[in-house]
Amino acid sequence: MSQNNVQLDPIRNAQVTWEGCSVLLDINDGDRLVFARLTSGSTLKIGNKNCSLQPLIGCPFGSLFQVDNGKEGPNLSRVIPSPEDDVQEKEDAQISGEFRDNRAIVDDNKAQCLSGEDIDEMRRQGATGEEIVEALIANSATFEKKTSFSQEKYKLKKQKKYAPKVLLRRPFARRFLRVDTLSLLLSMGNVAANSDVLVVDMAGGLLTGAVAERLGGTGYVCNTCIGDSPYRMDIVRIFNFSNEICKSIVRASVSDVTSQSETSEQSDQLESACNMEIQSNEQKSSSVSMEDISLSSENGVSDLILEANHSPVNKISKSHKVGEKASQETLKLWKENGFSSMIVVAPELDPWSFVKDLLPLLSYSAPFAIYHQYLQPLATCMHSLQVRKMAIGLQISEPWLREYQVLPSRTHPCMQMSGCGGYILSGTRTATNASSQQ
Amino acid sequence: MLPTDPTKKISFTRCIKEGDLVIVYERHDCMKAVKVCQNSAFQNRFGAFKHSDWIGKPFGSMVFSNKGGFVYLLAPTPELWTLVLSHRTQILYIADISFVIMYLELVPGCLVLESGTGSGSLTTSLARAVAPTGHVYTFDFHEQRAASAREDFERTGVSSFVTVGVRDIQGQGFPDEFSGLADSIFLDLPQPWLAIPSAKKMLKQDGILCSFSPCIEQVQRSCESLRLNFTDIRTFEILLRTYEIRQWRADCTQGTGGGSAGSIRHKRKQHLIEGSGEQENPNNSTVMARPNGEARGHTGYLTFARLKCLS
Repeated sequence: MSQNNVQLDPIRNAQVTWEGCSVLLDINDGDRLVFARLTSGSTLKIGNKNCSLQPLIGCPFGSLFQVDNGKEGPNLSRVIPSPEDDVQEKEDAQISGEFRDNRAIVDDNKAQCLSGEDIDEMRRQGATGEEIVEALIANSATFEKKTSFSQEKYKLKKQKKYAPKVLLRRPFARRFLRVDTLSLLLSMGNVAANSDVLVVDMAGGLLTGAVAERLGGTGYVCNTCIGDSPYRMDIVRIFNFSNEICKSIVRASVSDVTSQSETSEQSDQLESACNMEIQSNEQKSSSVSMEDISLSSENGVSDLILEANHSPVNKISKSHKVGEKASQETLKLWKENGFSSMIVVAPELDPWSFVKDLLPLLSYSAPFAIYHQYLQPLATCMHSLQVRKMAIGLQISEPWLREYQVLPSRTHPCMQMSGCGGYILSGTRTATNASSQQ
Repeated sequence: MLPTDPTKKISFTRCIKEGDLVIVYERHDCMKAVKVCQNSAFQNRFGAFKHSDWIGKPFGSMVFSNKGGFVYLLAPTPELWTLVLSHRTQILYIADISFVIMYLELVPGCLVLESGTGSGSLTTSLARAVAPTGHVYTFDFHEQRAASAREDFERTGVSSFVTVGVRDIQGQGFPDEFSGLADSIFLDLPQPWLAIPSAKKMLKQDGILCSFSPCIEQVQRSCESLRLNFTDIRTFEILLRTYEIRQWRADCTQGTGGGSAGSIRHKRKQHLIEGSGEQENPNNSTVMARPNGEARGHTGYLTFARLKCLS
């Protein structure tokens, strides 16, 4: 076996970050995930301190950083973990036969002898986070009485607060939609290189970006808006897409893709609307409000937080233009051949109201997947599709995802989980021409 | 199956041809994969369907048997293939498959290692994700199973993106030629911890590993050996709950028979309205949904881990 034919995408395979690149920052082992753009001026707020992201430029993805208290305030410095660290941890954790329990622990808030002022003073004298944690343990009256498990837990909790760690990650579509829901949409929509995927994306561009990533610069993702104003696609810019991938993302209105003969006046209007949208910094038509992206620290499923002030995603100067209007030739091609599949994330609309117009644009036997936060609109949509025999293999599914804590003698499901990842209606379009009817 | 071959890509004009693989759809839980062959016929309880009737029709068409029964002919996709493939082993289903592809961050161009191949359910989806420029190298220690998988990949048209090797990965590890080249690795082995040292050698910097195990003891041991060289070790369980829908009609006008007020009619087809197909009176007819009575309770645990960045 040989691995010829394996071409490497320079962007995907870039091993280190560069100035202006988008990254995903994992703070304290998944407690918080933040998208950021690495520029000399960008900062990240950790706890109550602002840290410059400058030291992260030119580092390999996967690098670990910690907050140090420097002379000019806190700064991020690289830590290289040694593999032995965790082996030690493992051995510590495997203490067999545990005699301590919580009978001697009294919850009277008197266990810790160090005061807030003491800690501030240590900081002023330039103590590292690790030193503060050690001091806290040394000054805890109850630490020795705790079980080894809760000693470890205590240490971890204090470490997170006084010695936060930041892991540098390649940005990847993970949230807005729950990750399992998004992954199902991509499967059910049969997203593969060279496909032409019709999407209705009211998730800020997450779906569009995730589809484009799977297409890898081949085929098209056609971002369609219901109504006149195009939907925002800000999230697309976080992916560090190559020029080819950017070009595969196009926009078209429903009337563009449905009409037999295009009226140039209408398309001009849409084009100017698109351009305005791209330049605008206002949060107007986004259906994803910040409330939807709630932060959950102990939740197994990580949330992505878009922090506009830290990552100026709106003010991208050099990045390739994403979401150009689909050309007349492309529109013509879609009219002749149909789209290969359709994926819909429009949590504020009644799916049937527009799916009935979009489904006929798909090739015969093309699969589709429609997400909704509520079950009922999908149930009525499914019923309408059945009644009209427009699709078969119809199924409504709801994904359920549970994370586990796996530790020696302490394996169990995580205490917190996301209760609802929404619902998906999937199916396959049937052929409707005369030859298939009798 | 994959649109990487433009002649196979579905479109309004692409018709079923001799030699095509079609998915014969009876019901959502009853499908079969059939190779179209001019002189053969497909038999089921609705009668005999001549393949010659199928040729020239578009995919997605309804076709009829000699007795007037009907089926639909669908273009194959990895999702449909998972529902029709022959089970030589326990297989992975759509929820686990989708999550694995997403979490392994697979995109066109990636090099993936997999063991064991099993029935090739996941492999087909891996191939779709990395095509046209990437490749899946999949290994099974069972010679006959590997051969059957190879035949299946030929049938579904993904063989140019998949290479099947016969090898005991737990015992021998992955072949050295892949050292430092794999973007991701998937393990579905009875003792995955035995393969983890080799997986570590194969992965690129920042590469991701996934191990699928049905039992928690396997997970426990895998995680212990992963802690040496991996970070971001996370274990998930994913299931799908499916729903059935019924049309509920509060039938107040009929006082006779079973038509008492508020009764649930099980056959929605009784209520189909001609013409526009809209409901006669939306006030006394609604569509209701409830979870299906039978559901899969467990498939396996998915453990993901990323190679520690030490350079």
